[in-house]
Amino acid sequence: MSTHRDRLRQAMGDKVQFVQGDDACAYGAILAGCTFFAGYPITPATEVAERMAEILPKIEGCYIQMEDEIASMGAIVGASWTGVKTMTATSGPGFSLMQENLGYAIMTETPCVIVNVQRSGPSTGQPTLGAYGDMMQARWGTHGDHEIIMLCPASVQEAMELTIVAFNLAEAYRTPVLVFIDGELGHMRERLVIPEDDEFELVERTCATSREGYRPFAADENLVPAFAPFGAGFRTYVTGLTHNEAGLPRSASAPIHDQLVRRLADKILRNTDQIIRYEEFGAEECEIAIIAYGITARACRDVVEEGRQRGLKVGLLRLITIWPFPDEVVARWATRVQAILVPEMNLGQIVHPIREAVAGRCPVMLQSKIGGELHTPTELIDALEELRCQVC
Amino acid sequence: MSGLLKLKTAAELRQIYLRHEMFPTIFCDGCGLGNVLNYTLWALDELQLDLDRTVFVSGIGCSSRLSGYVNADGMHTTHGRALAFASGIKAAQPDLNVIVFTGDGDGSGIGGNHLLHTIRRNMDLTVILVNNFTYGMTGGQVAPTTPIDSFSTTTPYGNIEYPLDICALAQTLGAPYVARWMINQPYPPIKSIAQGIQKRGFALIEMLVPCPTAYGRRNGLKQLETIWQWYRDHTILIDDYEHIMHFGSPEERAALHDKIKIGVFQDYERESFEERWATLVEQVKL
Repeated sequence: MSTHRDRLRQAMGDKVQFVQGDDACAYGAILAGCTFFAGYPITPATEVAERMAEILPKIEGCYIQMEDEIASMGAIVGASWTGVKTMTATSGPGFSLMQENLGYAIMTETPCVIVNVQRSGPSTGQPTLGAYGDMMQARWGTHGDHEIIMLCPASVQEAMELTIVAFNLAEAYRTPVLVFIDGELGHMRERLVIPEDDEFELVERTCATSREGYRPFAADENLVPAFAPFGAGFRTYVTGLTHNEAGLPRSASAPIHDQLVRRLADKILRNTDQIIRYEEFGAEECEIAIIAYGITARACRDVVEEGRQRGLKVGLLRLITIWPFPDEVVARWATRVQAILVPEMNLGQIVHPIREAVAGRCPVMLQSKIGGELHTPTELIDALEELRCQVC
Repeated sequence: MSGLLKLKTAAELRQIYLRHEMFPTIFCDGCGLGNVLNYTLWALDELQLDLDRTVFVSGIGCSSRLSGYVNADGMHTTHGRALAFASGIKAAQPDLNVIVFTGDGDGSGIGGNHLLHTIRRNMDLTVILVNNFTYGMTGGQVAPTTPIDSFSTTTPYGNIEYPLDICALAQTLGAPYVARWMINQPYPPIKSIAQGIQKRGFALIEMLVPCPTAYGRRNGLKQLETIWQWYRDHTILIDDYEHIMHFGSPEERAALHDKIKIGVFQDYERESFEERWATLVEQVKL
């Protein structure tokens, strides 16, 4: 008799595969226990939906192709309130359409995961090519004060692993979590090893135990309220209006709005030690640091080795969690190095919170590249040489 | 459903079905939304629907506040998107009854594309679409349903656009149950709401309600007696309409052109999305 977990593995196929980043995000979702996906086709994210459409009926989940990305985002939020884990996937134009309902998910504390396989914008831009132009949209795209959690994998394997982490964070903090890759990583094939269940952790949302005195938006000490799924008799009213702990609209109350919106931000800001992930290379005896994320960090990893062979004392801080921004980690690096290089596949987005965290401790140089091509190790080495000439 | 409705009193319904801490309502004097809520509660009561297993979903606008007044799980979503959220709930948990309250602007203006595709997909939802010819909550702007030549804050010289017949659209798209009623007759809408809830697949019940405050006062329809008379004069039962179209004189037929048809326009069986998905899962599941 095969267990449900066995069926998940059977639905995904071989333990070792040669697959795309998009496939890896789908596999991560399945491993995390996602049973509901709503989406709309868009290059270069379509393959996530295709994998989910193939796998979900095999494991008695549900795939639904909606009429647009607005509806996709609405559907995953609605489905999440029945107590299941939900995901959608898109690219820039679709992510733009999701912004309003993303804000609704934040305001109503709805766990869900959104994969954005970024392409160049603005507008239709370069659909088949990678970019990282939505990094700030992810942070500020939906209106109003809020925090957001965003993870940026750098490999196919990591796309799968971080999608699992994204579900865990969404469940733990009852908030939408973003997994941001790009068209290159989304369509690139690499070796993928599907882990065993004892090789990763799974987190489930804390559920309310008693209907007696239940207040759907009264938070615990971790600032997260206990969840009661629709249909369980708790009779919860969910609204995007400013609401009190009972969930009732109180949209004209300054203190209730202040208390609610600050708690929504604080439940993320006070748990940054649990949320923030990063990787360091060559942190010791480092004169020039590279701070990078996503696919760009791969070339940077090579450059650390190559630079050191050439006598450049280079280190790499690879950001995995972009939002909430790891400013303490960046500030710590800034005190130890003489300059920081920030290669980005946009006109300069994450360089801004980096400069804010560095706070003038050392020069920060942006190496911007757009058009769909990746930074080459040679370009990075040249930039590092230039930076050394300026500061050393 | 029995043939003869045994209606509880309003006080009894309030006690059983309403979320008392949400009252008083936001509705203006003379607004028809209270009637729609009342008729819905009577239909729920007639069916003895389990409120613990029923979710009320709505978008944004006056009518979308209705979801909050029923003491059940409720989701007051974003403007125009109620059907998307409702589809997610129903697809993920088909055992739940999902009832949507929406308005003409919410459901057929900003949410028009979702309406089209939710009907096409035949999601098993009951949609009570309240049509007051205007965007009431924002103070009375022209809506997709505003009658031609009517006045609103954004058509101060009269509306030049043709109104949308939401029921005709739903009928064309193949909705298994489509009905339109006005609020001055309680029994037909109560029966239709109950039939809609029982119908597998998409059921649309459009309710014509007066909005004296935002729409009426700019169109000579501020007094309740005048408004209700207007609805009597401007509506015609679908059976009467068809009879006149077939057998009436040219003059009688010509007099129909500005009438709003009411009645049950469509009632047939069609497998829902949820049923078809369940069949598919049975075929491919591991």
